[in-house]
Amino acid sequence: MSKQQLVVIGNGMVGHNFLTKIVEAGGLDQYEITTFCEEPRAAYDRVHLSEYFGGRSADDLSMVEGDFFNDNGITLHLNDRAVRIDRENKIVHSSQGLALQYDKVVLATGSYPFVPPVPGHDREHCLVYRTIEDLEAIMASGQQSKVGAVVGGGLLGLEAANALKQMGLETHVVEFAPRLMMVQVDEGGGALLRRKIEDLGVSVHTSKNTQNIGDGERCRHKMEFADGEVLETDLILFSAGIRPRDDIAREAGLKVGERGGIEIDNCCVTSDDDIYAIGECALWDQRIFGLVAPGYQMAQVAVDQLLGKSESVFTGADMSTKLKLMGVDVASIGDAHGNTPGALTYEFSDGPNQIYKRIVISEDSKKLLGAVLVGDASDYGNLLQVYLNGIDLPEHPDGLILPQRDGASSAAIGVDALPETAQICSCHAVSKGDIAAAIDGGACCMGDVKEATKAATGCGGCAALTKQVLDAELMQRGVEVNTDICDHFPYTRQDLYNLVRVGEIKSFQELLDKHGKGHGCEICKPAVANILASCWNEHILQPMNVGLQDTNDIYLGNMQKDGTYSIVPRVAGGEITPEKLIVLGEVAKEYGLYTKITGGQRVDLFGARLEQLPEIWRKLVDAGFETGHAYGKSVRTVKSCVGSTWCRYGVDDSVGLAIDIEHRYKGLRSPHKLKFAVSGCTRECAEAQSKDIGVIATENGWNLYVCGNGGMKPRHADLFASDLDRKTLVQYIDRILMFYIRTADRLQRTSVWMDNLKGGLDYLREVIIEDKLGIGQELEEEMAHVISTYECEWKAAIEDPEKVKRFRSFINSEAQDENILFVEERDQIRPATPEEKIELKQSA
Amino acid sequence: MSIKVEVCQLDDLVPYSGCCALVEGQQVALFRVDEGETVYAIGNYDPIGDANVLSRGLLAEVNGVITVASPLYKQHYCLTTGQCLDTENVRVPAYAVSVEDGAVYVSIPQADDKAKAA
Repeated sequence: MSKQQLVVIGNGMVGHNFLTKIVEAGGLDQYEITTFCEEPRAAYDRVHLSEYFGGRSADDLSMVEGDFFNDNGITLHLNDRAVRIDRENKIVHSSQGLALQYDKVVLATGSYPFVPPVPGHDREHCLVYRTIEDLEAIMASGQQSKVGAVVGGGLLGLEAANALKQMGLETHVVEFAPRLMMVQVDEGGGALLRRKIEDLGVSVHTSKNTQNIGDGERCRHKMEFADGEVLETDLILFSAGIRPRDDIAREAGLKVGERGGIEIDNCCVTSDDDIYAIGECALWDQRIFGLVAPGYQMAQVAVDQLLGKSESVFTGADMSTKLKLMGVDVASIGDAHGNTPGALTYEFSDGPNQIYKRIVISEDSKKLLGAVLVGDASDYGNLLQVYLNGIDLPEHPDGLILPQRDGASSAAIGVDALPETAQICSCHAVSKGDIAAAIDGGACCMGDVKEATKAATGCGGCAALTKQVLDAELMQRGVEVNTDICDHFPYTRQDLYNLVRVGEIKSFQELLDKHGKGHGCEICKPAVANILASCWNEHILQPMNVGLQDTNDIYLGNMQKDGTYSIVPRVAGGEITPEKLIVLGEVAKEYGLYTKITGGQRVDLFGARLEQLPEIWRKLVDAGFETGHAYGKSVRTVKSCVGSTWCRYGVDDSVGLAIDIEHRYKGLRSPHKLKFAVSGCTRECAEAQSKDIGVIATENGWNLYVCGNGGMKPRHADLFASDLDRKTLVQYIDRILMFYIRTADRLQRTSVWMDNLKGGLDYLREVIIEDKLGIGQELEEEMAHVISTYECEWKAAIEDPEKVKRFRSFINSEAQDENILFVEERDQIRPATPEEKIELKQSA
Repeated sequence: MSIKVEVCQLDDLVPYSGCCALVEGQQVALFRVDEGETVYAIGNYDPIGDANVLSRGLLAEVNGVITVASPLYKQHYCLTTGQCLDTENVRVPAYAVSVEDGAVYVSIPQADDKAKAA
């Protein structure tokens, strides 16, 4: 049987989701697929579009995994728009003149931003916010503007306002309705949201009906409102809602709604049986779903229907949302406005902390109908589950939103009460049952669950809930996870850290005597050595510490496969003088070392024998070098781009900051290695977003990113805080690093630490920025101690004859190890292979 | 026949750590496992990593057995027998050690013994 031709019109988020789903479902056996994409790039994440301003690139936002189209034999026509469907002859025509025969068509044309037909709406510097091209236009316009106004105070409007704010513009939001986020939020929530947004320096103008846009006096434009007031601005961004892109369907004679939208039935089929419509262009039961999750549900239904699973239907979708707008938590569930007849409401308002919560419940007080949360959306997951699963409310429903004081029992519905079908992750449609199945399949931590189910890997909003389900399920199975570090200590690494810190324990033997048993092993010894160094910062080669150090630390060098060492002097920020470069070259030449440039902007010298290390380091120290700690679980490098000093695009002095940061934290030992980077502008040449600590210059200061990782399992760093001054930046880094050292597991990189941190990024912000635990000063003092006691380990080692003594191949001979042999390759040495060694020994 | 060779003073050995001695041309890894006179000796050659490094490994107690963990790939070698605990058919030589009047002696098979054995 020859394959049917399937044409997918539109490669946005939903269109692409349809493609990935039909591929996963094995639909390629039945269909040959072609897709049209009018934009110059394939599908990208529009939900996180505003992060483009925060430094994420178009590539970062891409939703296309690897070579998806080629790998699956799907033909993608970029920059080509499907313009006409000839239903009689079953042909799709494109703007580039293609004419494709089809058996089935899926319309995923999405929506376009509505621009009110106000006179002057088409002037230059009047823009919309939908595509990457739009964002580029906004950035270009922003550079020639001082003031920006967003028309529309809905969800997207506030996102857009945030973008203007990030560009350093004086920002205004103009809303036709009497309050912000009219659709999702009630009056009380809207008022609080407004206050919070105004506190951030954005002017909010509500009940403003724009009548005309003309030439301004101080700014480019003057907006005139119906009430006679005016607003001058250089840049206008329309974000007044979306309209379904139904023109192609309309022209083809398909049924469309009165106010737009391609009508579909429960199978996502339009009025033509061979044409489907999904996502924001589709009208189901006279409703348009302007969120991505319902679009994905429709994509699933369309895939199922096309593959003959007729039982799969779309029956509407929940429009509850939770998001962070300009740092303000906002969430809305179900009937947020209390429109249901007889509905009762409970409200909680906390003035000093700017928190507003409201729940709407049924007349009989049995069921939750809706909720609004502003300023603190931590109840969202719990409330949403109660709402979606129709769980009976407790006797006092207000307990669901009242703050939990110490000692009070929680009114929250425990995850145990959730049915197996309860959807935990809506991005990837993962149910509680799916998580349980993953655990039965061997998953036993958040990382495993994420990998097995994809839960919490979309928007991440369900991370806390997923963790709760995981913990509860593990507990139900009677799993008592043994978190002891090893046989010698019945404690976790965090426990050992606290025992050392609180008990002021200064040596492994003392810790072992008081809290452990036996003699220790290669797990606990280096872990304790590392904790001792983080806390007290004494030399790691003190006699009592020597026996604890791992392979590299014990000789302050990185052992290579043949037992020789590599040497990496610190080159802070990657800045080095010609004189010092020459020294490195001369030392390498004198000792015949192999040289290579590292990823951290330093020079690595390979092939030094144990007994050569002290003399080589003496030369390096004399020339002004210090140890680079490349051998330690410690701060490695602060990579930097050249920054504003030289670069035409640089916004700030990234090299200067990188050097300062590197000198501040050098020598700090931590549960795992730490890498930093500083970029001088959003072009991000230093790749700061792949580092544990990343800093990127903005017009207004520095953006701080945390917990990124390259390596085996790359992770993009999270934006922790924006537009910081240097003092605050350093204060936050001090606290974050010490909090990590205090709470991470042994050999746990910051990325994994973050993934397992209960409460995630928000919690970290509360601890670091708001000092929720009241430990901020303590953390800073601990860091200050480490900084004030810094010494170059190599300088101290070569000045101490007792320490130098250990750097000998043989305790009783000056001979060299005869098994270390090199051959030449590309004009440098490399270790000889076993066969080459035999040859070399024979010829000798 | 083996001969007993004085290699160093006990004070030269840092407690809880290892070092290497050249004894009759053989590389011998010496470990002082406490602050007293308990010293063990095994071959310095790591047959799995193909490098002379065992003396630079960490002392590790595994189920009550005192071992050294290879600094290269972390296999454990029993300090009294030289047996590798992770791979049954791998074993390194173990040597008798004595401490007399503050001096450390290692007993090592003589070259002609080895020739006979081979």
